[in-house]
Amino acid sequence: MNTVHPVEPLRRFFEAARGAGVRISPAESIDAVRAVEVVGFADRAVLRDTLGLVLAKTPEEKAAFGECFDLYFQRETFDADEPLTPDDEPGASMPGQGGGDGEGNGGGGLSRMLLDNDQAGLAASMEEAGEAAGVQNIRFFTQKNLYARRVLDRMGLRAVEREITDLRREAELGRARRLERGVAALRDQARDYMERTLLLFARGENEEFREELLKSTRLSNLDRRDYDRMRVLVRAIAKKLAARYAKPRKRRLRGKLDIRRTMRRNMGWGGIPIITVWKERRIEKPRVVVLCDVSGSVAAMAQFLLMFLYALNEALADIRSFAFAGSLIEVSDILESEAIEGAIAKVLGIIGFGSSNYGNSLRDFEEGWMGIVDRKSTVIILGDARGNRTEARVDILQRISDRAKRVIWLNPEYRTSWGTGDSDMFRYAPHCQMVRVCNTLRDLERVVTDLLEMTR
Amino acid sequence: MPYSAGVPRVAPTMDERVTSIEAVEGGLSEVGYIPSRQIATAVYLAHRLQKPILVEGPAGVGKTELAKSIASWLELPLIRMQCYEGLDEAKALYEWKYGKQLLYTQILRDKIGEVLGDTPTLESALAKLHDFGDLFFSAEFLEPRPLLRALQTTAGAVLLVDEVDKSDQEFEAFLLEILSDYQVTIPELGRIAAEVPPVVILTSNNMRDLGDALKRRCLHLHIGFPDAKLESRIIASRVPEADESLRRQLVAFVQSLRGLDLKKAPSVSETIDWARVLVLLHAGVLNTELVRDTLNVLLKFEADVETAGRQLGELTGKARREAGLPE
Repeated sequence: MNTVHPVEPLRRFFEAARGAGVRISPAESIDAVRAVEVVGFADRAVLRDTLGLVLAKTPEEKAAFGECFDLYFQRETFDADEPLTPDDEPGASMPGQGGGDGEGNGGGGLSRMLLDNDQAGLAASMEEAGEAAGVQNIRFFTQKNLYARRVLDRMGLRAVEREITDLRREAELGRARRLERGVAALRDQARDYMERTLLLFARGENEEFREELLKSTRLSNLDRRDYDRMRVLVRAIAKKLAARYAKPRKRRLRGKLDIRRTMRRNMGWGGIPIITVWKERRIEKPRVVVLCDVSGSVAAMAQFLLMFLYALNEALADIRSFAFAGSLIEVSDILESEAIEGAIAKVLGIIGFGSSNYGNSLRDFEEGWMGIVDRKSTVIILGDARGNRTEARVDILQRISDRAKRVIWLNPEYRTSWGTGDSDMFRYAPHCQMVRVCNTLRDLERVVTDLLEMTR
Repeated sequence: MPYSAGVPRVAPTMDERVTSIEAVEGGLSEVGYIPSRQIATAVYLAHRLQKPILVEGPAGVGKTELAKSIASWLELPLIRMQCYEGLDEAKALYEWKYGKQLLYTQILRDKIGEVLGDTPTLESALAKLHDFGDLFFSAEFLEPRPLLRALQTTAGAVLLVDEVDKSDQEFEAFLLEILSDYQVTIPELGRIAAEVPPVVILTSNNMRDLGDALKRRCLHLHIGFPDAKLESRIIASRVPEADESLRRQLVAFVQSLRGLDLKKAPSVSETIDWARVLVLLHAGVLNTELVRDTLNVLLKFEADVETAGRQLGELTGKARREAGLPE
């Protein structure tokens, strides 16, 4: 059977597959190695089925896995579609095979392989040179040519180029032309090889890296081109939160008999407690009222705050959303009925980008919707508390605070700039149970998690 | 019954049968289940690695059938456990035979005088009674349910845990011990481990997402709709009365039907049913009338019948063409 120990190529494949989005636990990788020991490397299709069975556990993962598998094991072989010799190398698909004869450093070896069109040897040699050049460290698209050059150098391209010059001088034009054609093909192959390597080893990391970066970048600094990705992230976070808190809302208190309800339940048997009823604790769903500043001063943030508001709207059952700048409107219906892009554009179109007037907005809220705030509700205000030196109306916030279970203020500005200029943050702060800096997605997630934990 | 499986068998053992992926393919084909290469690989690996297979896929692609076919090929008893909401240990694993225990207590009461008659002190009487107490919680009074039965068989078994996605999360967690170690713990008796690990097949229709812990312990096999070649072989095996030309037409028709935007695409089981219907009607060539009359065998929603109905002429024409018949 196969003498190459299967662990090393497999381990690298796991790495690539993880990058492609297949979640592989250590236990699963052990299983995979055991499975491969059973079936062997000989049949590519069987290997693919086997690894797919052990590693990929959802349809999405199966798709990602299939793509990654093809990409990875394609690396080990070259397409034998060169016009020089028509016959295929039968062993070309075997990874690790023929590694011995591809002594890549001498130009003589390379030129012989090029002239013989020894695709298996070339593939093995390139693989070897790639390993030596550390191609799996490639991370960025821009490094592609650099690495391709390094790989070719290690394969001995310079010597071949010299040989071509010599051949020309000696007027052996046919041989020189054949070699040249071989070199041109080899360059293309090297570029392909690097592209595949980049896809394999860098894609996952790039995505992950990018997402990590996005999560901790200040929302106001984000680029327009990141919006799509951001939307996906926001969605994912909101979905995670929703799933976590969609659990049963009643918890039975073990061992505490509800005497009144037991008696009532057993009336039919003359009060003999045949069926017992236990006391249960009802866990309230969070009732949330969100006021979101969409004025010019937080315009860059507003997009994302609304996006998050939208996601929360999907996640929580009982939520009322308001947007304000110079005045305040309720946006629950818009968020409810429209798709996310449309909803955000519509809200911003109606009220966005003006200069903010907190006093006015709070008054609007008190006049129109004070009734919905009761001792069960949590009021969240998203805003920088910069009212352009208009009246702050702290008294209204105090009245809201008196009615509500709690008031949470999330401010996108750093703490150091609170209270400077026209910021009224410190005047509002005493009436809030919690005041937090919140300017990245991660902050948002943390705050919402806290919020949901508290209401449990 | 599982207990009868303890008799020495002359048939080849599991190890002798499951020797290679090809052997699995051949063996399953013999009992009328035409597996794709992937399915055969999964069965082979499940045996070699001693791992359960979690089978997912749309309804009617032969998930349950796979377990039945493995059982009949390996000549092992099939122990089936249908999952549903509220399924618990008492129904899945074991229960005490309360009636029998009660009956024995009655008998013991009559005999208690004889047993305790000569004991001089209360302590010695109690000691004697303790011996009897343990007796009531012994294997004698244990009513094994499917999972325990599967572990107790001495010759192996095929355990089918059907529609595991319909059970509660708690039950899923409870399955973990059985799936990874082929053993269960019964508080009164201790640990019961399988002598011969059963072949375990779990099926799921994706009603809810199964936990990662469960998925991690299983080989994950996704059975989708088969391609035309495989489906044709399945029909040939299941409905041998249908001749080649009809088979090719009906498979081509069903294949293109799956390409439409349907609420529920027809599965293999529906194709088989339809083939049987066509054979009963002595149909040789598909035509629009015939298909229209029998379409409700394939499609189970009124909206789907309407969608397909609009394109029947085109679809049957294409099917005939693909089978090499004039349109």
